[in-house]
Amino acid sequence: MTVLPDAASTGAPPRAPAAPLPARRPKGLIRKAATYVLLTAAALLVLVPFIWMISSSLKRNNEVFTVPIQWIPTEFRWSNFVDIWDRIPMMLYLRNSAFLAITITFLQVLTGSFAAYGFSKVHFPGRDALFLAYIGTIAVPWQAYMVPQYIMMQEAGLTNTFWSIILLQAFGAFGVFLMRQYYMSIPDELVEAARIDGLSEYGIYRRIMLPLSKPALASLALLTFVNTWNDYMGPFIYLTSNELWTVQLGLRSFIGQYDAEYAMIMTGAVISVLPIVLIFLLGQRYFIRGIATTGLKG
Amino acid sequence: MSEVKTPPDSARPDPAPASSGAAGRPARRRPPRSPERRRQIRRNTLVGWSFILPNFVGFAVFTLVPVTAAFALAFMEWNSFSSPQWVGLANFQRMIGDENFRVALFNTLFYAGGHIPLTLVAALALAIVLNRKIRGVKFFRTAAFFPYITSLVAVAVVWNMLFNPTLGPVNQFLEFLGVTNPPGWTASTDWAMPAVIITSVWRDMGYYMVLYLAGLQTIPEEYYEAARVDGANAWQRFWHVTLPGLRPVTFFVVVMLTIQSFKILDLIVVMTDGGPGRSTLVLAQLIYREGIREGRFGYSSAIALVLFFIVLTVTVVQFRINERGKNR
Repeated sequence: MTVLPDAASTGAPPRAPAAPLPARRPKGLIRKAATYVLLTAAALLVLVPFIWMISSSLKRNNEVFTVPIQWIPTEFRWSNFVDIWDRIPMMLYLRNSAFLAITITFLQVLTGSFAAYGFSKVHFPGRDALFLAYIGTIAVPWQAYMVPQYIMMQEAGLTNTFWSIILLQAFGAFGVFLMRQYYMSIPDELVEAARIDGLSEYGIYRRIMLPLSKPALASLALLTFVNTWNDYMGPFIYLTSNELWTVQLGLRSFIGQYDAEYAMIMTGAVISVLPIVLIFLLGQRYFIRGIATTGLKG
Repeated sequence: MSEVKTPPDSARPDPAPASSGAAGRPARRRPPRSPERRRQIRRNTLVGWSFILPNFVGFAVFTLVPVTAAFALAFMEWNSFSSPQWVGLANFQRMIGDENFRVALFNTLFYAGGHIPLTLVAALALAIVLNRKIRGVKFFRTAAFFPYITSLVAVAVVWNMLFNPTLGPVNQFLEFLGVTNPPGWTASTDWAMPAVIITSVWRDMGYYMVLYLAGLQTIPEEYYEAARVDGANAWQRFWHVTLPGLRPVTFFVVVMLTIQSFKILDLIVVMTDGGPGRSTLVLAQLIYREGIREGRFGYSSAIALVLFFIVLTVTVVQFRINERGKNR
């Protein structure tokens, strides 16, 4: 499983190996070792917060802040991971987060890829102007129009329901943009050939485009899922009843109530991150590729 | 993935769709509109719209309408208990005298001024270091990307503890290095914003690293070869081959970072909630407080409009600079 293509696979001819000079061998080895030392130091620096989070979640509350720091707990308190379910309705929060993330992802992928086909393979007047309107809204910070959105939701009586979050996040421009980027790379001749063979546009979308764009669909699904799962502001603004809360809100309020229960807070943090880590490790390739796609320019 | 175009120029007429298998032959002039051709266009329009419609309905109602409304609301007086009234520029006059607005504007600029360059440098450095074929490089790339996918609340709470002024690992480390009076971080008005910036750089650098890695793949190996033949050392190769080659990516990254920095909200809400005092109050938070918490819809929309224009201006300037750099 490769994460990113290496420079060598981008069509550059393989370099002829230089004649090995005996004097350069040890130098090469030292360089390699130095590289690994540098990399490990950088990785440690990046991962320290995670290491600290996991180690704290396995301690007693009074063992979290010590001088000097204990990176490895004296005894592992796995019971933290059992106790937290009694302290806050964690299962409920996880269920709510999962429900929102799955629903929004499904709608975003479905409508986004469908619209992207219209924007990339069907020619009609006004199409590109419409697409510019889509792109334009990506550049407008969401914070600039959250108040009108809130007023609308209030008028419609949808605040404090899942509907508000689903409707606001399922039809974003990002999904259309990402899928269109991908569809543009599929040759028009393929679509033309299918038209001549008498396939309808919907048939072309379903039988040719969808199967060909599996990687892009996976990218979009993963990015949307993670963004929705981690979203804080949406639920924070719209969901007031405890039984609708997501993991993010539940964890935040737990910190507010028991701000000295450091170990428990870290346990909650670990649980809130775990599902995302699993999903990320499974679909890492698509994740990275999706992000790289958004940055490509012809 | 090769040919990916930026939003196409809408002024260009679309090539006539090949209705009779005339694919590949560029139409030199617009063919006369025969009835058959008109029917074709109408059919295409219907089909095209039918694809776009499901997404567009949601997008129009929940994004386009609010965006347009925000522009209009900025010139109105409207509170949750009164009906909207047109007041022209009154909201903007009030803003000039509003100390909260001035503080929030300064803090937003402070945040952007730290977050944009630091994230850019960190992401570029990571990409350069991780763009080599050595065993285990995949693990390191994954590690660098991890912070970006971690839930925000977890990030905020962990860093808040790391930054704990007396017992936090950060200050313990600084004392170990011999710093006698380490900063109070999130408990101090001077150091709270730097603490937020450090956290956000750590969180975002992996994302932009991915973009830079993709950019590094596009620089042909021959360029490096040629530079080596010319006797350029590693630093000169970076300066004369890598950086110019990454120009388009850097431009994209800077634009994205700018948009992202100016609308910072969630991390601040969870980490410091604008405090201590008003030391981390930013524009997006002021919009939220005025509009959603206090119900002053008109005034908060005016602040939103200012925020939008700042982002727009900075982005346009960046486009200009980029164009000039390209023609050099």
